[in-house]
Amino acid sequence: MFDTFTLAPLPPEDEAIRPQIRAFIEREIAGMPLAKRARTWMGFDPEFSRALGREGFLGLTLPKAYGGQERGPFARFVVVEELLIAGAPVAAHWIADRQSAPLLLNFGTEHQRQKYIPAICRGEQIFCIGMSEPGSGSDLASVRTRAERTPAGGWLVNGQKIWTTNAMHSDYMIALIRTSGSAADRNAGLSQLIIDLKAPGVTIRPIVDLTGDAHFAEVFFENVELGDDALVGNEGEGWSQVVAELAFERSGPERIYSSALLLDAWVRHVRAVGRTDCAALIGRLTAELATLRAMSIACTARLALGESPVVEASIVKDRGTTFEQELPVVIADDLAAHPDEAVDPELYRTLTYLTHISPSFSLRGGTREILRGIIARGMGLR
Amino acid sequence: MNELLEPFVRMLENIAAPAAVRAVEQGGSADAMWAEIASSGFLDALVSEEQGGAGLSLAEVEQLFGALGAHAVPLPVGETMIARALLAQAGVAAPDGPIALATSALSGQVVPCGLVADHVLLDRGDALTLVAVADLQIAPLGIHGALAARISWGNAPSGAVLPRPANGLRPVAAALRAALIAGCAGQLCTMTSNYANERVQFGKPIGRQQALQQNLAVMAEDMIAARIAAQLGCAGGLDISLAAAATAKATTSGIVPRFAATAHAVHGAIGVAEEYDLQLLTRRLHEWRLADGSEGYWNELLGAKRLESDASTLDWVRAEVFA
Repeated sequence: MFDTFTLAPLPPEDEAIRPQIRAFIEREIAGMPLAKRARTWMGFDPEFSRALGREGFLGLTLPKAYGGQERGPFARFVVVEELLIAGAPVAAHWIADRQSAPLLLNFGTEHQRQKYIPAICRGEQIFCIGMSEPGSGSDLASVRTRAERTPAGGWLVNGQKIWTTNAMHSDYMIALIRTSGSAADRNAGLSQLIIDLKAPGVTIRPIVDLTGDAHFAEVFFENVELGDDALVGNEGEGWSQVVAELAFERSGPERIYSSALLLDAWVRHVRAVGRTDCAALIGRLTAELATLRAMSIACTARLALGESPVVEASIVKDRGTTFEQELPVVIADDLAAHPDEAVDPELYRTLTYLTHISPSFSLRGGTREILRGIIARGMGLR
Repeated sequence: MNELLEPFVRMLENIAAPAAVRAVEQGGSADAMWAEIASSGFLDALVSEEQGGAGLSLAEVEQLFGALGAHAVPLPVGETMIARALLAQAGVAAPDGPIALATSALSGQVVPCGLVADHVLLDRGDALTLVAVADLQIAPLGIHGALAARISWGNAPSGAVLPRPANGLRPVAAALRAALIAGCAGQLCTMTSNYANERVQFGKPIGRQQALQQNLAVMAEDMIAARIAAQLGCAGGLDISLAAAATAKATTSGIVPRFAATAHAVHGAIGVAEEYDLQLLTRRLHEWRLADGSEGYWNELLGAKRLESDASTLDWVRAEVFA
């Protein structure tokens, strides 16, 4: 079962990028406090993203003809791994680099590719993904935001998206929208449209989360007019395009490293106080991280072969987010099991931030239950 | 299946069908089965080509270990492959029969396949000794179907002495167990999802129930984690690092309780019936989980090593596990 999902090495030429990206990160974010770094891919800093673009660390999987580096998924894995493990603020380019640009490369027109991809590779165009709606969470095929053809050949959009990461900072949204039929038609009649978020009729309201951050937003469309070049790929085939796109979103190492900074900070604490009573726990977490990393590289290898590893990505994401969520739980217990031991306030803040935000890890990009349904389908059970 | 694995699996299907496994477990002779394996040449897979072997790496042979686990082979085939490679490296002629691995210096330890071995390669702490079973006390465990034995000795057992690997015999034995668990888990995953598709309750196959689908998906995740951890453990060759062995064995042993429980839960009562093949696999999963150090042993060892270093977790696993 899933016979091609096997150990794969990181090619040496891609591993060779590591010292360069690491030096860049150390130079750019030295002194950033731990709890801020713990935001990892929610941390937003457009200047950092543009600097990455200038140094050639964006567009690693994209063709040189569109401003990319043409290095492939393994190079991207190394760069992304270093960014995440350091807690660099990558949100300004994350979605565009990871999924919007590959989507446009696969399904976009030549005009769309030329218009967006080079700017994404420079870290200059910020994208968000409009999927969830108030009535459509896991049941994505039930989206109700509609686009009608205008007499001029463009589109008129009405509806609402919610929980859209970084919408308030973004230039464009690629939205899953109903262009024909009704909700009863399920995934038929859905299309992907590029929406200029500065267009008249677009209203964006940030939503504050339980940590005090506002990383997602609700977005309203009231008679938003789009040109005929807004459609990505074929009308009515938005669903299959989204499925392919989600494999990019779910397979990356961001699904294993969200709490890695906390793990390292805790290990430093344990070493500093000279304790060894938690060695077995640290060993278990280390083995789990190593195995997840190997699984994520194995998934990357399928991407590198040009496949869309939907099931593999779901396996990595479900197991990876389980690990990310377990870390604050067991670390909190270990620290509070030693009430007479001083804990650095920054470690405490980081621990608490991750404790509070970690339920979202298994929601964003597909819930645990949806992912397990995808795996079950891959097993021939559905 | 590749050209190394395909003939090996074909052989196992011929000689180690469930009925043949049961016959050996019930005390029948394994001589014919062993003769087939020995004549296949696979036992010298890890011996260098100069010494007449196939010169394969541990990474290449890992898939063969997995196939042994998937077929519940009732002989120490993987153990013998490893022992023959170590014997060849030391210039000691290998005996013809099956060789079990005893990775503790403790007299009275439990050794998998101890009842069906001719020799035991014993880690004495300072050297390895190849001891004929006639020179040891081999006691059955008194557990239905078990081929593991309690192995004891009075005076220091004698036999050919060979150099001990830097970290002893346990890491490579643990990597073998990890691969056996991974292969066995793969077989169980297929068997269990097939059963869920066939068994009808409430008017439809039980595999159509979301509750079962969620559990089976977790089973698949555990299976993949075990597979990749075992491959990671075997990637570095016979002279395996402690951290790689620990990652492989801790991860694979760690999945066993939940994995075996789900396989049985999905099958219902038939799964614990002797005549049904599920138990041939799940009993072995539990045995291999404990053999050569459980997850608790390897987690503790891995954690203690990790705590010696001030590197980040990523850098540490890159250097110690992925090297």
